[in-house]
Amino acid sequence: MVPISYYLVLSAILFGMGVLGFLVKRNVITLFMSIELMLNAVNLAFVAFATQWNALSGHVFVFFVMVVAAAEAAVGLAIIIAVYRTRQTLNPDRVDLLKL
Amino acid sequence: MLHPILFFVFATLCVAAAVNLLAQKHPINSALSLIVVMVSLSVLYLLLGAEFVAAVQVIVYAGAIMVLFIFVIMLLNAGEEEHTHGSRVALLLGLPAVSLFAGLMVWVLGRRPGGAHLGEFLGPTKEIAHLLFRDFLLPFEVTSVLILIAIMGAVVLARREP
Repeated sequence: MVPISYYLVLSAILFGMGVLGFLVKRNVITLFMSIELMLNAVNLAFVAFATQWNALSGHVFVFFVMVVAAAEAAVGLAIIIAVYRTRQTLNPDRVDLLKL
Repeated sequence: MLHPILFFVFATLCVAAAVNLLAQKHPINSALSLIVVMVSLSVLYLLLGAEFVAAVQVIVYAGAIMVLFIFVIMLLNAGEEEHTHGSRVALLLGLPAVSLFAGLMVWVLGRRPGGAHLGEFLGPTKEIAHLLFRDFLLPFEVTSVLILIAIMGAVVLARREP
């Protein structure tokens, strides 16, 4: 028997790592992966709470989070491709001008 | 007895892969680490009795989204990341702040009196379907519209200008 709090602690650690990756990484694609890591941590917390309160709607919310993550990944990666075409770089520090 | 062993094995694997995601310089290595994180998370979902979520996690996240990521990495021929002055400042300020945040969260959540036990609650996919198509029907339709708009937006954004 594993207490639910262990799952919540793991979720907090994963979320912190996602935030850290978003702060320190210098590649737009890796920043996106850090966001996905944060979304996964939140999903784990949702599922853990669903188990604790015996409420299946937590699973449905995880489903919605996944759908939004998929839409976000599709649009975000398209934006990355468009930015790379005009700037030839993936470093967010070099994408700091509104106009070329 | 099997539950704690499986939990600790896959939680350790999950955290180790997340650390590897941060430590690797090349984005393709980070993407592969993220796949390890997602698959071990799906095992944890199975331990929590969420079989539908575990299956969707592998199919949608590890399957579809990560393929999209790796495809874009290959398409853009992304190399190793370069470090600038700003990234060192972010590391110096971000590491203590994030470890403080994570430590606080672990302290608060770890003191929770342990609620439910594992292996008692299974969410059958049939009941999830009832919830999804009856109680959450309007959000479900809205997300399908969202997906449609995302497809069109991706096509328009990634199109080469004539």
